Amino acid sequence: MLKDITLGQFFPGNTFMHKLDPRVKLVVCFVFIIVLFITENLAAYALAALFIILGVKVSKTSPKMLLKSLKPIMFLVLFTSILNIFYIEGEVLVRFWILKVTKEGLMTAFYMTSRIIMLVCATSLLMYTTSPISLTDALEHLLAPLNKVKFPVHEFSMMMTIAMRFIPTLIEETDKIMAAQKARGADFESGNIFARAKALIPILVPLFVSSFRRADELATAMECRLYQGGEGRTRLNVLKLTKYDYVFMVFSAISFVLMILLNVVGI
Amino acid sequence: MEKVIRTEKLTFTYSAEEARSFALRKVSLDIEKGTFVAVLGHNGSGKSTFAKHLNGILLPSEGKVYSFGFDTSDPENLINIRRNVGMVFQNPDNQLVATVVEEDVAFAPENMGVPSDEIRSRVDDVLKTVGMEKFKKHAPHMLSGGQKQRIAIAGILAMEPNVLVMDEPTAMLDPVGRKEVMATIHRLNKEKGITVILITHHMDEAAQADRIVVINAGQVTHDGTPREVFAHRKELLDIGLAVPQTVEILDELGLKDVALSVDECCDILEKYLKG
Ligand SMILES: Nc1ncnc2c1ncn2[C@@H]1O[C@H](COP(=O)(O)OP(=O)(O)OP(=O)(O)O)[C@@H](O)[C@H]1O
Ligand SMILES: [Mg+2]
Repeated sequence: MLKDITLGQFFPGNTFMHKLDPRVKLVVCFVFIIVLFITENLAAYALAALFIILGVKVSKTSPKMLLKSLKPIMFLVLFTSILNIFYIEGEVLVRFWILKVTKEGLMTAFYMTSRIIMLVCATSLLMYTTSPISLTDALEHLLAPLNKVKFPVHEFSMMMTIAMRFIPTLIEETDKIMAAQKARGADFESGNIFARAKALIPILVPLFVSSFRRADELATAMECRLYQGGEGRTRLNVLKLTKYDYVFMVFSAISFVLMILLNVVGI
Repeated sequence: MEKVIRTEKLTFTYSAEEARSFALRKVSLDIEKGTFVAVLGHNGSGKSTFAKHLNGILLPSEGKVYSFGFDTSDPENLINIRRNVGMVFQNPDNQLVATVVEEDVAFAPENMGVPSDEIRSRVDDVLKTVGMEKFKKHAPHMLSGGQKQRIAIAGILAMEPNVLVMDEPTAMLDPVGRKEVMATIHRLNKEKGITVILITHHMDEAAQADRIVVINAGQVTHDGTPREVFAHRKELLDIGLAVPQTVEILDELGLKDVALSVDECCDILEKYLKG
């Protein structure tokens, strides 16, 4: 049933990776992606791959799940690689008809592909091992300096939390409305794209109306529970760095510095 | 007895133009500490409107509402009033804020600025009170309606209120969920001395209250113990309210007694039949 969907892609667990502070994971993931984009070196990439593999092993993520998360971007990766291989000028390796494969093209394609794959792997690992609520929590903390330029950080993270809370509710409701419309003879499966889009109207309209009602009721309920924005608010779970976080931070820092060094030295 | 809520000629209209369409008209009520009050009324009679006045979600067009002696129309008092008068609504789905049960229950104390370790102990306490301590790490959408409503109640209890106002908290629940929630509310009333104001359409729920207030077209028509109120079966029928079956049977037989439970009804019938 639709009701059984999990929120986000979080897989609860009790591994080293799960215990890490979400802020640390978020920052490390972000820095990792930056390092990937500023380096272009075989040894550095091998190190990056090792870093990912270690993460997979430590978090006990099934490699199958990780491969699954790569599926949606495969087309994009293939497409850009092909363009890169054939269109970049340089030392020609093979030539047939009007197409030529250059060494530079091959290398660029390789780096691009590895970069995107590792980027997706790293973010997936983050999502798999961090609950959505701690993720928004971490975001709120990390973005806190933006408060100074009047960016509503707390409101933003509250919005994310509520959105995540209501995704399953709305999916369930869509399910019900669809069933109700089908029972009245609505047809969502046949006809051309316009006919199908039109068939969605009787679903979207009630969904919208009920969402407004929900929003109104939720706002009242939040008011009854003394919500007054982020000011003066305390938290049930306070984020605190532990020994695990320091170990992870030092390890990641060393790996990233090594990657950059390898890139500079150019082995 | 200490009066926790007092309304004086509370009058309210939703639209300023149609000043004649009053949702509430001159409602004056005193509610004493520790009582279990049921509010009855036909659809659109003004029950929800009344409830929303008790913690200042709505403010009177005329008249006054005092919660714990604080005037609800003074914005300075609102925080104090709301933490003392908790409110639970019909649809549990539209009251839960967070994606994890314990985070949701913690929402109100977080807003109150309660220190983390105290929030933790409050959350554990109230989850135990509503019998949901096993579910604290669950996602709300995986729970049944009755369980969700109990979480909503826990979320309010975490403010440590003295009054619990419930607007048809069992309306969307199946019989099992209804029983769970009603048992929880009665326990809170008996054991913690929390004043309960329960808006309901279920006569059997009302029959268990200490006091029943009947509202029709924005006005209080009856106010008294269940026995007193249900004795006016005809008048209640006229404003679209049924009485519990136990009361109905005896009335049809022309008996003057009012029975609030099946056992009581059986006893009276037995006595009647044996002559
Ligand atoms: N937001 C609103 N705007 C305008 N009129 C409203 C609003 N809410 C309620 N009313 C009107 O006020 C009157 C009282 O409504 P209220 O919701 O208090 O009734 P109720 O007794 O709670 O009914 P129910 O048993 O259906 O919940 C009704 O006539 C209703 O149409
Ligand atoms: Mg109502």
